[in-house]
Amino acid sequence: MRDGEPLIRWVWIGDHVGELAHYTGVHLRLGLLPVLFGLIISVPLGILCHRWRWIYPPTLTAANVLYSVPSLALFMIFVRYTGLTERTVMIPLTLYTLSVLIPNVVDGLASVPDPVRQAATAMGFSTVRRVIQVELPIAVPVVVAGVRVAAVSSISLVAVGQLIGQGGLGYYIIRGLQLDFPTPIITATVLIMLLALVTDALLVLAQRLLTPWARGKGAKA
Amino acid sequence: MIRFDAVSKNYPNGTTAVDGLSLELAEGGITVLVGPSGCGKTTTLRMVNRMVEPTAGTVSLRGQDIREVAAPELRRGIGYVIQHAGLFPHRTILDNVATVPLLLGWGKKKARARAAELLELVGLPATMAKRYPYQLSGGQQQRVGVARALGADPPVLLMDEPFSAVDPIVRGELQAEFLRLQKELHKTIVFVTHDIDEAIKLGDNIAVFRTGGKLAQFDTPERLLAHPADDFVADFVGQDRGIRRLSFVQAAGLPLREGPALPVTASVAEARALDEPWVLVVDDARRPLGWAEAAGLADAGTLADIPLAPLGHTFSLVGDSARAALDAALLSPSRLAVGVDAQGAVAGVADAYELSAAIAGTGGSLGAAPEAAGVAGVAETAEAAGPQLVKGAADPADAEDAEDADGSGSNTGKTGGGDR
Amino acid sequence: MNDLLNQIRLVGDWLTSSQQWHGDDGIPHRLAEHLTYSGLSLLFATLIGLAFGLLVGHTGRGAFAVASVANLARAIPTFGLVVLVVTLAGLSTTPVLVALVALAVPPILINTFEGVRGVDPDARDAAKGMGMTGWEVLLKVEVPMALPLILLGLRVAAIQVVATATVAAYPGLGGLGRFIVDGLSRNDYELVIGGSAVVVALALVVQAVFTALRRAIVSPGLRPAATKS
Repeated sequence: MRDGEPLIRWVWIGDHVGELAHYTGVHLRLGLLPVLFGLIISVPLGILCHRWRWIYPPTLTAANVLYSVPSLALFMIFVRYTGLTERTVMIPLTLYTLSVLIPNVVDGLASVPDPVRQAATAMGFSTVRRVIQVELPIAVPVVVAGVRVAAVSSISLVAVGQLIGQGGLGYYIIRGLQLDFPTPIITATVLIMLLALVTDALLVLAQRLLTPWARGKGAKA
Repeated sequence: MIRFDAVSKNYPNGTTAVDGLSLELAEGGITVLVGPSGCGKTTTLRMVNRMVEPTAGTVSLRGQDIREVAAPELRRGIGYVIQHAGLFPHRTILDNVATVPLLLGWGKKKARARAAELLELVGLPATMAKRYPYQLSGGQQQRVGVARALGADPPVLLMDEPFSAVDPIVRGELQAEFLRLQKELHKTIVFVTHDIDEAIKLGDNIAVFRTGGKLAQFDTPERLLAHPADDFVADFVGQDRGIRRLSFVQAAGLPLREGPALPVTASVAEARALDEPWVLVVDDARRPLGWAEAAGLADAGTLADIPLAPLGHTFSLVGDSARAALDAALLSPSRLAVGVDAQGAVAGVADAYELSAAIAGTGGSLGAAPEAAGVAGVAETAEAAGPQLVKGAADPADAEDAEDADGSGSNTGKTGGGDR
Repeated sequence: MNDLLNQIRLVGDWLTSSQQWHGDDGIPHRLAEHLTYSGLSLLFATLIGLAFGLLVGHTGRGAFAVASVANLARAIPTFGLVVLVVTLAGLSTTPVLVALVALAVPPILINTFEGVRGVDPDARDAAKGMGMTGWEVLLKVEVPMALPLILLGLRVAAIQVVATATVAAYPGLGGLGRFIVDGLSRNDYELVIGGSAVVVALALVVQAVFTALRRAIVSPGLRPAATKS
C-alpha cells in the first residue's frame, strides 16, 4: 500500500455507486443461481437416498469429494469446456452446494415423525403425494438450514471466479490489488459479507412464513 | 442409613421443589418415592448423591453429612440408575459396566472381570459384552444400566424411574428381576416412580409426595392402601385400593373348609350322595384335577369316566395372597376357590363371601407370619410402631389392627372347617 | 471423450517432465510450501477452536457469542480477505497465515461446541452421577461422543484452508496455486491444468486422511447415529 493512502476513500465509493450496483447484481446471480440448481438436484437425489438408504453413503462421499476440490482448480478444469463464461463459475458452485444440501434433505425427511408418515399412508396418500404434500413440507426447516449455509458460502466463493474474469464484486478485489488501492477491496469484501448476511436473514424470514408451525424450533445447520 | 433433616430445595425463580422434608430410610430395603410430576421426588433422590444441593437442611448417609465428602467420591460409592439408562454410546457394554471400577482405579483387567460378572448377574448373555448400546433393546439397555450402577458394589442404589421407558411386558420382567436381585444383594434402594402400582409392587416403604415438594405420607404399601393419610393420598392410590390391598394379606391365614372333594376313583353314586352342585375331583395325592358338575353325572361308573370342568386356578397357602384366593373364587366354575398346600394337595375351599368376610373381619391382618427383620422407616406421618415389613414375608403388625393375629389360621397344613 | 483423454495426457506429460520435480518452481517445493501454510494455520486454528469449543460446550456459557461469531465468519469472502491482508501488510507469510487461521477457527469452534452440547444429557447425567469429575466427564464422555462432529469441523476447516492457500498464490504467495496463476498469466494451459491436477490430488488426500482418521478414532458405537461426513 502506498504511504499516506487511507484505508477507505469515501469519494471513490460515491463515484462508483452505479457500477457497484451492477456488479452486486451480477454477484447475486452468480452466487444464488447455483444454490437454486443445487436444490433442484438435491431434492430428488435426497428423496432417493432417503428411500434407498444404500445409495446415500456413496452419494454423500461423491459430494464431499467434490466439495474438497479447491474452487480455483475446479474453475480451471471447466474452462476447457465452457470457456471464460459465467457457466464456468456456476457449475462448480452448484457442485459445492450438494455436500450441504443432500444431507440436509435426507435429514429433513428423516425428521418426519413416523406416526405422521403412517397416518398419511393410512389416509390413502399415494407415495408420491405423501412425499410432496406431507414429508417435504415437514422437512422444510432442515432443508432451509442447509440452503442458508450453501447460499452464504456460495456468495463468498463467487469472488474467486474473477481469476477467470467472472467474479461479480470480485472484480474490485483484483482491481484493488493491481492498483495497490485498498478502497475497492474493502468495499467489495464488505459488500459481499452484507449480501451473504442479508440473504441469510431473508432465508430465515422466508422459512418462518413458509412453515408457521415450526416457529421457535430453531433448526440446526 | 439415609436421613433427610428439614431439607428444602428452592430455585431462584421462586419454585419450591422440596419443602421441609424429614425422612429416614433404613438400611437394606426399597424405599419408593412416588407422586405426580413436579412433586420433588426426583429432586429428593438427586440430593442423596449431591446431583442437587439442598438450599436448607442436611442429608446424611450413615450418620455423616454428605457435604463433608467430595461429590465425585460420594457418587462413586452410590449406584445411580436413570430412566433412559444413559449408557455411553461410544463404549462397549462391558466397558460401560466397568466405568465406576475404572474410575476407582481398579485396573482394566479386574474392572472388566467384575463387569462380566455383573452382566451375568443381571441376566445378560456374555455375547453382549462386546456390543454397543445402540445394538440393544430398551429393556436390555436398562439391565446394563443396573449392572453399571452395581459396578463397585455400592451399598446404596438410587434409581430414577428406571423402568418407565420400556413397554409393560418388559417392565414386568425387569421388576421381577429387580426384586430377585434385591433378595440376593440387600442394597439400600431409593426408587423414584410416578406409577403407584410400581411403587406398591416394589416398595418396602413408600413416600408419597404432593405437588409443591411436600411429603404426604410415608408408610408401608399395605398401610398406604388401608389408611391413606388424606384425600390426596387416597385419590393418588386409586379407587381399587381395597382389592389391591389384598395382595398384602397372606392366603395362609384364610379360613378354608373341607368342601365336596372326592378321589378320582370314587363312584358316581358317592358323588351324588354329597348332594352338592359341584364336586372337586382329586388324584391319589389329593392334587386337584377338576370340577364335576352333579347335573351332568353319568348313571354309573367312577369319576374318572366323566369330563371335568377346568379348575380355573388354585391358590397356594404358601406364597399366594388373599387377592389370588379371591380371584380363584371368582373364576372357578363352582364359585369355590381351591387352596393347595406346598405339595399341591387340596387344603380346602372357600367362596368369595367367606373370603371377603374373613378379610374384612381381620382388617387385613390374617396369618401373622413371624416378623421378619426388615426395613424400619420412620417419618412424621408414620405411627409409633412404624412400618416394618419385608415384601411377601410378613404383613403389617400394627397394634390397632392385629386383634386376630393369634395365628389361628396360619398353619400351612390342611385346614379344616372354617368359622362358618 | 477424446478431449478428456487429451487433458489426461497433458497432465501426464506435465507431471512426468523432469523440470517439475526440481527447484523453486518444482512440485515438491510448491507442495512443501502449501503444506506448511495449511498445516501451520490448521494447527493454530485447531488449538484455538478446540479450546473455546470445548469450554463453551462444557459450561454452556457463551453459546450465543459462539454462534454469532461463526455465522459472521462464514460470510467473509476468503479471497477478499487474503487479498486485503496482502495489500495492507505487504507480501509476507505471517499476515496470510493469520488470515487462514481466522478462516479455519469458526468451523472447528462451532462443530466442537455443537458436538459437546449435543451430548445426550442422560449420558452426561449418568457420568456425573457415577462420580466423574468435570474433567473426566469432558475427556471420557463429552469429547469421545463429540468426536464425529469435531472431525467434521476439522475437515471443513482443512478443506477451506487448502483451497484458500491455493488462491493465495494470486497476490504473490507460493504454494500449489502458483502453477495455476502463473499458467493463466502466461496462457500456458498445460501448466494450469497440471497445477489443478496436483491441487485436486492434495484435496483427495486430505479427504482420505479424514475418512481414515474417522475410522480409526471414532467409536463404532457412534457410527449409526452420525451418518454425516
